[in-house]
Amino acid sequence: MWWTQNRLNRSGTRTEFANNGAPLGQAVIFYPVHKRAFGLISIQPVFRLSCLFVALSVGHALGAEQALRFNRDIRPILSDKCFACHGPAASDGDTDLRLDSRESAVEDWGAIVPGSPEESELVRRIDSTDADEVMPPTDAHNPLDDEQRALLRRWVKEGANYEPHWAYKPLVRPAVPGNSKPKSVAEAIDSFIEAQMRADGIEPVSEADRITLIRRLSFDLTGMPPTAAEVDSFVHDRSPDAYEKLVDRLLESPRFGERMAIYWLDLVRYADTVGYHGDQNVSQTPYRDYVINSFNANTPYSQFIREQLAGDLLPNASLDQQVASGYNRLNQTTEEGGAQPKEYLAIYFADRVRNVSQVFMGATMGCAQCHDHKYDPYTLRDFYSLGAFFADLKEQGKYEARSRPPQIPVPTEAELEQLAEIDREIAVFESRRAPLEEQALPGQSAWETIARARLREARETATVWVDDQELIGAKLEGEWHYITDDEGPVHSQRLSRVQRSAGQMQHFFDDATSRAVVSRGTRFFAWVYLDPEDPPAAIMLQFNDGSWNHRAVWGSDAISYGRRSENWAGYQRLGDLPEKGQWVRLQVDAERVGLEPGDSVKGMAFTQFGGQVYWDQAGWSDIFTLPAHVEQALSLDPSERTTEQANRLRKHYLSQTAPIKELDNNIARLQAQRNDIEHSATTTVVSEAVSPRTIRILPRGNWMDDSGEIVEPAIPEFLGELQTGPRRANRLDFANWLCEPDNVLTSRTMANRLWYLMFGRGICSSVDDLGGQGTYPSHPDLLDWLAVEFVQSGWDVKHLLRSIVTTNAYRRSSRASEHLQLSDPGNHWLARQGRFPLPAEMVRDNALAVSGLLVEQVGGSSVEPYQPAGYYAQLNFPKRTYVADPGDDQYRRGVYVHWQRTFLHPMLKAFDAPSREECTAARARSNTPLQALTLLNDPTFVEAARVFAARIMREGGNSTDDRIVWAYRNVISREPEEPIVDRLQDLHDAHLAHYREHVEQAKELVSTGNAPVATELEISELAAWTSVARALLNLNETIVRY
Amino acid sequence: MLNHQEHIARRTFLRRTGLGSIALASLLEPGLVRAADSRSESDRSSVRHHPPRIKRVIHLCMAGGPSHLETFDHKPMLAKFDGQPMPASLTEGQPIAQLQGQELKVMGPQHPFVRRGRSGLQMSTIFPNMAEIADEICVVKSMYTGQINHDPAHTFFNTGTAISGRPSMGSWVLYGLGAETQDLPGFIVLTSEGGGQSQPISSRQWHSGFLPSRFQGVQMQSTGSPVHYVNNPAGVGREQQRDIVQAVNDINRVRNLELDDTEVATRIKGYEMAFQMQASIPELTDLSGEPKHIIDMYGCRPGDGTFASNCLLARRLAERGVRFIQLYHRGWDHHSGMKKGAAVTGKLVDQGTTALVKDLRQRGMLDDTLVVWGGEFGRTPMAQGSGRDHHIKGFSLWLAGGGLPGGTAYGATDDFGYNAVEDPVHVRDFHATMLHMLGIDHSRFTYKFQGLDFRLTGVEEAHVVHRLLT
Repeated sequence: MWWTQNRLNRSGTRTEFANNGAPLGQAVIFYPVHKRAFGLISIQPVFRLSCLFVALSVGHALGAEQALRFNRDIRPILSDKCFACHGPAASDGDTDLRLDSRESAVEDWGAIVPGSPEESELVRRIDSTDADEVMPPTDAHNPLDDEQRALLRRWVKEGANYEPHWAYKPLVRPAVPGNSKPKSVAEAIDSFIEAQMRADGIEPVSEADRITLIRRLSFDLTGMPPTAAEVDSFVHDRSPDAYEKLVDRLLESPRFGERMAIYWLDLVRYADTVGYHGDQNVSQTPYRDYVINSFNANTPYSQFIREQLAGDLLPNASLDQQVASGYNRLNQTTEEGGAQPKEYLAIYFADRVRNVSQVFMGATMGCAQCHDHKYDPYTLRDFYSLGAFFADLKEQGKYEARSRPPQIPVPTEAELEQLAEIDREIAVFESRRAPLEEQALPGQSAWETIARARLREARETATVWVDDQELIGAKLEGEWHYITDDEGPVHSQRLSRVQRSAGQMQHFFDDATSRAVVSRGTRFFAWVYLDPEDPPAAIMLQFNDGSWNHRAVWGSDAISYGRRSENWAGYQRLGDLPEKGQWVRLQVDAERVGLEPGDSVKGMAFTQFGGQVYWDQAGWSDIFTLPAHVEQALSLDPSERTTEQANRLRKHYLSQTAPIKELDNNIARLQAQRNDIEHSATTTVVSEAVSPRTIRILPRGNWMDDSGEIVEPAIPEFLGELQTGPRRANRLDFANWLCEPDNVLTSRTMANRLWYLMFGRGICSSVDDLGGQGTYPSHPDLLDWLAVEFVQSGWDVKHLLRSIVTTNAYRRSSRASEHLQLSDPGNHWLARQGRFPLPAEMVRDNALAVSGLLVEQVGGSSVEPYQPAGYYAQLNFPKRTYVADPGDDQYRRGVYVHWQRTFLHPMLKAFDAPSREECTAARARSNTPLQALTLLNDPTFVEAARVFAARIMREGGNSTDDRIVWAYRNVISREPEEPIVDRLQDLHDAHLAHYREHVEQAKELVSTGNAPVATELEISELAAWTSVARALLNLNETIVRY
Repeated sequence: MLNHQEHIARRTFLRRTGLGSIALASLLEPGLVRAADSRSESDRSSVRHHPPRIKRVIHLCMAGGPSHLETFDHKPMLAKFDGQPMPASLTEGQPIAQLQGQELKVMGPQHPFVRRGRSGLQMSTIFPNMAEIADEICVVKSMYTGQINHDPAHTFFNTGTAISGRPSMGSWVLYGLGAETQDLPGFIVLTSEGGGQSQPISSRQWHSGFLPSRFQGVQMQSTGSPVHYVNNPAGVGREQQRDIVQAVNDINRVRNLELDDTEVATRIKGYEMAFQMQASIPELTDLSGEPKHIIDMYGCRPGDGTFASNCLLARRLAERGVRFIQLYHRGWDHHSGMKKGAAVTGKLVDQGTTALVKDLRQRGMLDDTLVVWGGEFGRTPMAQGSGRDHHIKGFSLWLAGGGLPGGTAYGATDDFGYNAVEDPVHVRDFHATMLHMLGIDHSRFTYKFQGLDFRLTGVEEAHVVHRLLT
């Protein structure tokens, strides 16, 4: 405890948020900002940060004349050193004193006496040399340094003025400094940056050369290098708008959407597998394609948000909008055997809140799962209230094998055409119906007589599916262990089947060629004998009509397949186990397990939990029945029938006549084809709203604790309240709130991230956290101005990007002057461009593009490039064998590569692509030997090199010199300096000599990969050029964006 | 701004003849590179809050959850109540995995226990070889964890939380201490399987999470290329590969005269290290130099991919300065057939484990190595058919080396082997203790991510188990 009560004039009331008439309509809360971003390298151990901070701050030390700014100068210190105990969550701890609230610090506690450091307990404590009194306490291992103490003293002396946290301030378009009428958005942006540089006496570097510019733009906007011809054309384009034309061309390229998707998919943690345990595949590529198409179509960001969070709730939701709603289901899921559904629902819930808050709000709400956020105003309650928006999602804590319902089919263009063709054929058949009916009508009264007679007999006709063998051309699965009556009881014919198990066990057949078409009297049966010495806990019959969710269960609830607390078609409890020690005919009406007239059943499973069970004859039976209303009409004299009854009866009769039956069969066949196409179409997970489940606050995040309060959907309290009246707010309300023009977080978050993509750093450099522990923006006014521009442009992503890349700031060289290297190593002031390694996907795309191997096609299934053998050996359920795509798919862009969450492709992983288990707003940027090994030896790159080598020989001219220049220009976009030509020539010559002596080696090298070998070229020469190509593809400049 | 070396490079380069020689020197004189590397390594101050007891950790991860009741925690009471209902007072309201909704019955130990070594440490008979190291190991019988299924429990054991995206303990250690090798990764993972259902293991278990990716564990394969992409492409010999690496580095140097990019130096060094790894990794995995008595002691055939082979590789990695070595053996998930399963899996790990500890001892390396043997959780005292289900409230692991008192047991579970009741050790406590032995105070060992100071031991309390260390 550090403030003792008798020293302080404690008000006695619990500190409430100070209300200074904040424009948000609620309390002004002062939240911390992380240190200024003077190039602080976040990869340094934290305990070294303080000394680094000193060293770096010196260059920027505040002059006495420069005014203090709370958010920039003071909040970072308070946040880092004090708020953990004296911040928003202070009431959790030992004291209520909050240093993030002026009211608490000044009025309630008197810890700060504005204007009077001598009288301020805060100053006394930070200056104290008494180990028991000094703050922060010594055991926090987080001391203040002299400069920080001096700043705090000065701040108190100057009146201890607070500012609300910048990211929670209302969005207002700031005035453009020194430029009241900017001619363009770009000019306005430059004015902000130049004004700041002028104030700091910083000289910007000059514009980059045109080659650098076209490379930079091509990678930034399309993720691909420019071709040599594109470079030439731009370099020689003397028109005044050459640059703008280039920008427009790139923004209109379909590659733009693919490039933006790389980033968006990181944010939303899109992958091709479920992540947990067996990390099985899950089909959601249509969502990925939706993202690409949306960026290409320049869908307004607000619509993009609405469709992802609530596409299914939009009126007349289109297929695309339903696909978009798959966003809510991209979280990791499990089908691990022992998983407890309730626990996993809590896990999915928390995962979703973390992701939603990070993606759309730039907030790190994850901490509030267990306690109020220590640095931001997000409370425990906010966490669960935000999650409650998603309580309506239909989902399961534990899924059944390889199934993640709800999923919908998403046919391709070609499939849609096939469907249309089938519909046309159906229409043709339908057009024949009327004449056929005309011909059949005279036979009706004879049919009625026969039908009445058959109804009276009501005979059951049985079809046996399985006896001593299966009789219907089905595929058998599981152990079909037949025995004779020497070995155990047999019911029918010579054999029965025995099944023994300690747990859940089943055998079944599927894909029967002769199927049971369900009618009103259909029931299924199976003969069973339970061993009285070793009975099972439960037995189950199960049926497949395309889905296996039709189950009848006898005995306990031990069998987990389909089990829910309530009875449903997928788990119908039919009572106790049958008598043991005798043969019993199990039977179940089709209707009981959710099979409806017309459904066609092709598989049946025999399941037991534990024990020893004998199974024998099984199949289905039918009783001649007519639909109830037909039967009723038939029982009446024709004169007594109503018109409706007469019509129904006629219709039924007609459907039983041979010509109409044939017609209907033809239509049914087409319908089946239609269904097959719909079934084979790629499916995707989607959102489906059901009655919302109850959401409680989980104390300390403990899913087993049901004592917490029930919460309704709500946005974080400090950001306001949704006005939905008595109606429960839903996902669409939440999305609409995010898209309100005055939402303080949405546009700031996205504008900052778009900036980040174009400069390699955000204006607020912590692109994942605009909250209290985030970084204070280098140009806060510029960020606000951009955020407002973004909203007012109609959330126009291309507009914002176009504006950013046409600024002078964007066009500057990325090479720092000597002065800048010293004065602004972290490029805080944007006096130069950023430089950074290409993302993993672009490293791949670049090599494929240069070599000519790249196959461009937007969307479709994920692709599987070469991958080291055995890489998936640690996966199970099921075991997996990776097969690299043999055809064109081998050469698709990185954004389409199969994303295995637990074993990401080693090339992508080496180049810092994330596993996509959680939101990634900024990838790590590493520079490692593993990257070198990958570029040198991964067959994808070796193949690209040897195919590029063939291009060099075919297209690069005749002399070695010409070819080197041509090759270099195609990889690096510029002319090689003379020494480089010489160096590559040496390499070429040496390897030509070597491979001429070792033609076998040359052959091996130039046959790497699936691409056809260039047989018309001399092998040894091709191998030598392959070496040159490998060197070029490995150059630093090849994989770095300057 | 050019530093001195770059000036030289530039001048030399411009004369052109000298270009190759500088690069050649750096490649062919490993000493030159090593000197440069060790300098940069020492620049990176490593975390030492207090003098360390150990230099490295070898974690023998018995994946799947070995039954403590068939390995190191002898519970005669279970034999007495075999087949009887489990006392509800113990199980009520407790998390349960596959036995959800089942009748819970006690199952007696499936293997007898005997006293081993001079210390008389109790062990199950499934480990006849381990008798030889009984006096080296310290069994912690009172472990408990927070996650009841394999994937989250491994994630919890490795990263201190079940939430994905956090660094594994190996990455933390490498981040804090670096490695004492220049040409091998500092954190290496080896896997083997057999003896029971092989639960999947995610590469999340050795991922660096939010730490820079160079701290992630590198998985070595027992078949194919031991480290991904460490072999040259077909048709490329070491000479040709060296030519390419040299050309790349030379051209990078030239271009950097114009680009002036500080990352280029790292890139150049990266290529030199990659090239060295291409030699050092095959050398590491080539066991032909190991004498026959050593091979026999481990009981493996070189290259057979067994746990025993991996144990031998682990010793070689330790010798070469690798900081954190993790061996997964996926074979301990005995939901049924406990008796046979424990015997089979036990046999697969017994000799290799024993040989590793003995080998480290005889080379004088055991005192500065911590060997950890154990799984992500234990197994229920209750039967699941003929097997046991997952259990998290009490299980065993053992530690050896680092000057720990051998032949001892720490903590205890109750008579049914259900709850850790005496000196319970949480997974976080294990982390704190391991870091302590490495000279690191877990409470001060943090990394800033999303504005927060993250620790391996998280925000809950964690304690160094000092009594274990003396």
